[in-house]
Amino acid sequence: MTHDHDTDVLIIGGGVTGCGILRDLALRGIRGILIDKGDLNSGASGGNHGLLHSGGRYAAGDTETAAECRIEGAILKRMAPRAIDDCGGLFVAVEGDDAGFAERFGERCAAAGIDCAPLSVDDARRLEPAISERAFAAYAVPDASVDPFRLTIEQVADARRLADGVFLPHTELVGFDIVGGRILAAHCRNTKTGEARILRARQFVNAAGAWSMAVARLAGCDDVHVVYSKGTLVIANTRLTRRVVNRLRPSGDGDILVPGGTVSLLGTTSETIAGLDVVRPTPEEVDRNIEEGAALIPALAHTRFIRAFAGVRPLILPAGGIGDDGRKASRGFTLFDHLDQGLENFATIAGGKLTTFRLMAERTGDLVAARLGNREPCRTAVEPLPALERSSWTEPGHSARVWIAAKNPADNILCECEMVPKSTVDAVLEEAPGAEPQMPLRAIGVRSRIGKGTCQGAFCSIRVTSHLYDRGTYSGREGLATMRDFLAERYKGTRPVLWGAQMPQAELAETLHCGLSGLDLIDDHGEDGEP
Amino acid sequence: MTNSQPRRVTTDVAIVGTGIAGFAAAVFCLDRGIGAVQFGHAGALAYTTGYFDLLGYDRGRPIEDPWAALAELGAKWPGHPLARLPRETIERAIGRFTEAIGELGIAYVPPGATNVRALLPTGLAKSTSSIPATMAAGAAALAAKRRAVILDFVGMVGFSAREFVTNFAVDWPGLTSARVGFPDLDDGAEAYPEVMARALEVRATRERLAERIRAVVGSAECVGLPAILGVHAPDRIHAAMEELVGSPIFEIPTMPPAVPGLRLRELLEQAMPARGLTLVSQHKVAHAELRPDGIELAYRDNFGDVVVEAATAILATGRFLSGGLAAERTGVRETLFSLPVEQPAARADWHRDDWFDPRGHPINRAGIVVDEEFRPLDGAGAPVHRRLFAAGAILAGQDWVRQRCGAGLAIATALRAVEGVARTLGR
Repeated sequence: MTHDHDTDVLIIGGGVTGCGILRDLALRGIRGILIDKGDLNSGASGGNHGLLHSGGRYAAGDTETAAECRIEGAILKRMAPRAIDDCGGLFVAVEGDDAGFAERFGERCAAAGIDCAPLSVDDARRLEPAISERAFAAYAVPDASVDPFRLTIEQVADARRLADGVFLPHTELVGFDIVGGRILAAHCRNTKTGEARILRARQFVNAAGAWSMAVARLAGCDDVHVVYSKGTLVIANTRLTRRVVNRLRPSGDGDILVPGGTVSLLGTTSETIAGLDVVRPTPEEVDRNIEEGAALIPALAHTRFIRAFAGVRPLILPAGGIGDDGRKASRGFTLFDHLDQGLENFATIAGGKLTTFRLMAERTGDLVAARLGNREPCRTAVEPLPALERSSWTEPGHSARVWIAAKNPADNILCECEMVPKSTVDAVLEEAPGAEPQMPLRAIGVRSRIGKGTCQGAFCSIRVTSHLYDRGTYSGREGLATMRDFLAERYKGTRPVLWGAQMPQAELAETLHCGLSGLDLIDDHGEDGEP
Repeated sequence: MTNSQPRRVTTDVAIVGTGIAGFAAAVFCLDRGIGAVQFGHAGALAYTTGYFDLLGYDRGRPIEDPWAALAELGAKWPGHPLARLPRETIERAIGRFTEAIGELGIAYVPPGATNVRALLPTGLAKSTSSIPATMAAGAAALAAKRRAVILDFVGMVGFSAREFVTNFAVDWPGLTSARVGFPDLDDGAEAYPEVMARALEVRATRERLAERIRAVVGSAECVGLPAILGVHAPDRIHAAMEELVGSPIFEIPTMPPAVPGLRLRELLEQAMPARGLTLVSQHKVAHAELRPDGIELAYRDNFGDVVVEAATAILATGRFLSGGLAAERTGVRETLFSLPVEQPAARADWHRDDWFDPRGHPINRAGIVVDEEFRPLDGAGAPVHRRLFAAGAILAGQDWVRQRCGAGLAIATALRAVEGVARTLGR
């Protein structure tokens, strides 16, 4: 790095791919800066099942993607075992599903090299008693679940350790300085403070996921075409199955249940949307998932759901279009070198899946390293991701175990649902990747279990905010504003599941947030003193 | 082991619900010599700040004169229960209820012509009507911008004096904060307000705490602390602490489980039966039935089944949190009599996109529609039963959380329901 540059490589997009590229380059000795206009995993990387695909889901229609998933899934299980629950998966057909499709499934998996074993329905129901008695065919596949937050946090932490890599949250790209076919600098804006910042680098990488088309256009490139496919999922408050359970039929709503620690994630709807302005789960999408899901796992009809969320799959548009169903688009990825757009130091990586992010980062890393004259090979398939203590706070039960072992009664529990003590919040503030002064509650939530339990932050938001004022993190109204922002964000997820036992929770939350805390009043009568 | 023959009890009125509305109805019944059996487990009462709101906000804007706002309420909120009651009824109801609570043992500053700005633990002010005497000096100190020291306690989670002081900084510059260790609860382990409050009922603890408070008062004219001044007889403990510390003291509400709600619950549960109320607070109503000549409510206690034959009934079961309403994926229902519930057409319309939308959520206005006598109506607009009345938060057409009208709504509609009961009974 020369003094002309802030960094060797500027990566745009703090999802799992951008973080993967930051680490991939760091392993080759290349320093990068990663920016995101939101925070880590603000897009599709934070809005998915957390499913590490065996490839079975794509075996019927896209052998190439299926094989890619198989290979990458196996690599990630070796490289990041602590972020992965290698729980296995089943594909199960129930009455009304296409028997021919079910019958061909085994051979389709074999064609993609996927280790797929037929099971009797009795055996499948012995393994997973929650499966409907109307099942008529079943297969076992090596699906697994993965914590995408842990993956991103650990990659950023490792890149920092290896090559002084940096993640800058709330840093939005607004334009590029381009001279003679080279990008010289990126103009950025801090979305919290409005402050402008110029970042100079030798290479620029666009890993902005759903926003990659917009970022490419800022560089004058019109070769990236992304289709936005919205998918809504819903989280049940218990783990209904030990394994991933997939519906054995062509992809549809409510056809997959993925265990995630102590909860289960049910998904997924698919709808092509025109823009990214408003992406939130709706009651109607939740109902569709539940009604379809209950055909496979009947308990879903009366399970308690704690939140829903929606993500946008950024799909690369093939020639001829795909109509309304994003499921028909390829799950493959594309690396654009933009040479034909007249730029020599800009690349875009788009499409793909959570399961294949490492390979996407490898391909991007190869291109960028070559452009920098660096001949180090990619090492992410051989160099395990260090499981750092400080990035384990997203793991259910981790804070509680540390807290119990420390036996310090003065380390008060702040989040009672998830047993998160003061010391965890302090650790996140002091050393988590992307930690910042006056860290917003949402950013703390991304890096810990705060707000993820049954009460969805109703109580712990108050307790954590008081602690943050106490330790001087906040010194003005911004602490209440950040609490309000955190709760408004959690609400986007709880809103579509407000019935049954969640409704009294919501009513109580409203009395706490409005009645007791007055958060609905802070904007309206001139008391929001902080400029 | 069940007695096959249920015991039968008769009463003038059955009051279902032990929130403010239910207890206000009980007070008004006892005032009139109407025999009452009251059911409920009073859970949600413990969530109150202690402030009695009448009508505090209009779309997020504070209301100074609640009476003027009530006079205009019907235009903006057609069918709002408080818009359907004359000022005289509302005034009489709240005046009598705060007086009765005072007689029982918790003094309130009676509602006045205007709202007062009361303190919230976040360091914001809220517009309310009537506040407990233990909190009165805080509103006065804010109004006069008196120099105050705000205390918090080692190990007490969810209340930060620094947060309070920081957020009031613009409005109330003379504030400082200090942290105090509560006697014997100062090792840092979580210190619960209820435990502190009960400890302060012991004189020796008060003396020890007062000594620690005196050490941090400095030049402050008054002392604010989270609500911990006793569960029983808070006014006596408040006065004793003021004398020991030598300064005016005020309490600030805290997050639940909080002391002000606990005080009201324990007070009402203990004092009302002594005045003649039959309170069934341990057992849930298992079955309720509308009969031509009254209402039957059945429950089971340790000795078997009990059937209460009530000449009239007041439904004051609250909303979702108290179990008066239940939300299902397909709609909202009333849980005791399956009464029709006025509600948005679809679940997608229950809530607004923004949790903090100042207009409030449509689901909050869902509830039971009543006639002028506050009798629930059926789908055709006729009373479901001429002897069944409803009061409090279960009523349709209001948003008590956002409007800050919960206590006023509960107390005033309880009076109206009791007046209907009295007429029906010929009293």
